[in-house]
Amino acid sequence: MSEPILVVDGLNGRIAGQQVVEDISFEVPASGVTALLGRNGVGKTSTIKSILGLIDRTGAVHLGGERIDRLPTHRIVQRGVGYVPEDREIFGSLSVAENLRLAERDDRPRRELIERLFPDIHARRAQRAGTLSGGQQQMVSLARALVNENRLLLVDEPTKGLAPRIVDEVAAALAEAAATVPILLVEQNLHVIRKLAERVVVLSGGRVVFTGSAADLLDDEARIQRYLGVHDATDDRAAPAHAPDHDAATAIPVADTTEELR
Amino acid sequence: MSTVLLLVITGLGLGALYFLVASGLSLIYGLMGVLNFAHGSFLTIAAFIGWEVGRRVSDGTWWGLLVSALVGMIVGAVVAAATEYFLIRRLYERHIEQALITVGLALATVALFEGIWGTDPIYTARPEWLTQTTEILGAKIPNDRFLLIVCAALVLGGIVLFLRKTRYGLIIRAGVENRSMVTALGIDVRRSFTLVFAIGGAAAGLGGVLASVYYGYVSAHLGSVLLIFAFIVTVIGGLGSLTGAAIASVLVAVLQQFANFYLGGTGDLVVVIALAAVLLVRPRGLMGKVA
Repeated sequence: MSEPILVVDGLNGRIAGQQVVEDISFEVPASGVTALLGRNGVGKTSTIKSILGLIDRTGAVHLGGERIDRLPTHRIVQRGVGYVPEDREIFGSLSVAENLRLAERDDRPRRELIERLFPDIHARRAQRAGTLSGGQQQMVSLARALVNENRLLLVDEPTKGLAPRIVDEVAAALAEAAATVPILLVEQNLHVIRKLAERVVVLSGGRVVFTGSAADLLDDEARIQRYLGVHDATDDRAAPAHAPDHDAATAIPVADTTEELR
Repeated sequence: MSTVLLLVITGLGLGALYFLVASGLSLIYGLMGVLNFAHGSFLTIAAFIGWEVGRRVSDGTWWGLLVSALVGMIVGAVVAAATEYFLIRRLYERHIEQALITVGLALATVALFEGIWGTDPIYTARPEWLTQTTEILGAKIPNDRFLLIVCAALVLGGIVLFLRKTRYGLIIRAGVENRSMVTALGIDVRRSFTLVFAIGGAAAGLGGVLASVYYGYVSAHLGSVLLIFAFIVTVIGGLGSLTGAAIASVLVAVLQQFANFYLGGTGDLVVVIALAAVLLVRPRGLMGKVA
């Protein structure tokens, strides 16, 4: 097996003095999708932000063998890390084209790829990004990460709050991206996880409680119930094929208070 | 009618001065969250050095004024960039310390300027045309107002072009909206901090030289006086909005002129009341982003 692209060792993260990530260690293989799972509030987004240095953190993070946890965020990203944040965080006052131009780090940005993956976005290049629908904004956010050649993508809840049809489009775009770049994916929709992820890392109370293949977790109803507190009805339900976030059958619920504060 | 026209054009001229100071304040706050109380000092030092160089080159001529303006812009830009690099850079996200150091710098520099140039205003020579008036619809408009308006319009146009047509401009516009996301795209946003300070300092520097034309003198307190109104303009226009600063500059200055003329010299009071009204009705200002 090849060397992992990302090694996280003893990572701790703090926001406003409160510990939100506690001694987390895991690895992301150099190919495929690794899903970072857990109930809401267990520290998935904070883990991603800690890796990127967007919040105060301690511990070691290696990217392709190089230690990056002492670098500022922009230097980490320049080493080939694409980031798709939770809630998109597109620049609403800029046009779609300006959002993409801002994200271009390489001399040869992959504009043809973006045009092919997101034709709707390409057609709206002159439109102010703040006037796009939620799904279109998510496409812009994804396009910003995919426009560069990256060594790793950190993708945080890309299907959150999206309509089922858009969820499919996002999943398809991620599947195509995953063919060329490893992805660490935070996702609540188990159907999307089942479709994309090969490995999973499960957090609970800010700690890693399970690491293994996606099949090991998703095929084990008891594990899903224990780690994620959800019944995975992906296989046995009749419809719909992809439920939005609030579908109790597939969406991972909010952690109980004790877990959140632990 | 002629009085109204005179008040409007005089207000536009004064508004131009306010804008030259407020544009930098607004951009600096919008991108970095820094309330720069030392901004008036950039204006004053630029006015003094611009005047010192200009009068030695050719006192009271257009050539001398042009040299003053160029020197003033360069001095303003350099002093502002140095302030960011040596003092402010260490204090991002520490707002109380920022306020303390910029207020301290403002107080110290005024004392320094008084020590060098004295406490009294120094009257300046201007090109003859700027001391004359032009009659428009019966109103005798001082010519220096036209110079101020043209200069401010050029600065506004220049900054807008810079923000819209250059990559640094794109970074600054994005940074005003969401600084951490700009960083997360692999961009060292701090580089643009120094640049924004330099641009703001250059505009303030030009404002300093033009203020000496408008008032007819340079003084250690030139920047302090204009800074108060520039802050009011920045808040009314919406912190971080260049367009808001431009609109508010004109509104505040014209209102001030009318109140001074028709309400017995109450221009300053009316401006403060207008500020209070805007803060009560629309706290984010005319064109500011939602907090």
